[in-house]
Amino acid sequence: MASSTTAYWRGIRAALPFLLVVAPFGMLFGVVGTEAGLNLAQVMGFSVVIIAGAAQFTAVQLMQEQAPTLIVLASALAVNLRMAMYAASLAPHLGPAPGWQRILIAYFNVDGTYALSHMEYEAKPALALSEKVGFYMGTATVICFPWYVATWIGAVLGASIPAGLSIDFAVPVAFMSFFAPALRTLPHVAAAVTAIILAILLQGVPYSLWILLAGAGGMIVGAELERRMAK
Amino acid sequence: MTGWSDATIWTIIVALGVGTFTIRFSFLGLLGDRDLPDWLLRHLRYTAVAILPALVTPMVLWPNATGGQTDPARLTAAILALAVGYWTKNAIATIGTGLAALFALQALGV
Repeated sequence: MASSTTAYWRGIRAALPFLLVVAPFGMLFGVVGTEAGLNLAQVMGFSVVIIAGAAQFTAVQLMQEQAPTLIVLASALAVNLRMAMYAASLAPHLGPAPGWQRILIAYFNVDGTYALSHMEYEAKPALALSEKVGFYMGTATVICFPWYVATWIGAVLGASIPAGLSIDFAVPVAFMSFFAPALRTLPHVAAAVTAIILAILLQGVPYSLWILLAGAGGMIVGAELERRMAK
Repeated sequence: MTGWSDATIWTIIVALGVGTFTIRFSFLGLLGDRDLPDWLLRHLRYTAVAILPALVTPMVLWPNATGGQTDPARLTAAILALAVGYWTKNAIATIGTGLAALFALQALGV
């Protein structure tokens, strides 16, 4: 078996536990999107074209609040800015891959595929490029394709979920599961606390601009604190 | 969806798809393995831990489900989930704690 095939299967195995997050979160988007009034094609459009859970929820929430289109776009894209960092951090490993592979790699760049692959590359610096790509595609197979299926199941089942279940609460809790484990250092915590305080203080700012302002404020505080602590 | 035409909804989907892909492709596809300025990377490192908490804050403090009224059960469950996520660094434990705490608190009539 080619070493890239072996690496592909290793990626699949490494990503299997992520199904426990991807499946319910994808279903939740299907349910929330359908309850917001999107039709099946539109709900699937979000998950296939954008393939970024937190941004999808942000867009749907702001659309329900009747925010202007530009604010919906800017806020959802701000949520995805972290992927620029993922791309930068994958570039030394996957940058030399052929153009069509880099397009696929970019499309499948989500929290899970990035985190697992980056960990693998750091742990095994001797991996060949084809093995690195193989491993990445293995994680994408387990994390991204079930995302579509779970969204579809959620959208189809959506209407039959009883209202008393407080399913709305799963959205903030799922977001917390993305950032709480990432609060590893004091600057991380300072960024989060700043963003929370600004989000409360700036609620009155029109067009939901508080999301961008609070996010930018948190990023600046985190980055500045990191810079000062490094001195 | 109320207030949104099909055409606008699809425009948003496609624009977000193109924008998100551009972000993902950016430093990987266009710049290859060139080095990026430190100050930029330093700020990008904090996007997830700044934007996501900002988004969550009003959802927890003033949930739509309760008409914007602060709900002690949701607030308590959220704080517990955050604490467990911070200490365990485990995504599934975070979600499990939040949902289990809310169901338990609601069952107790909080």
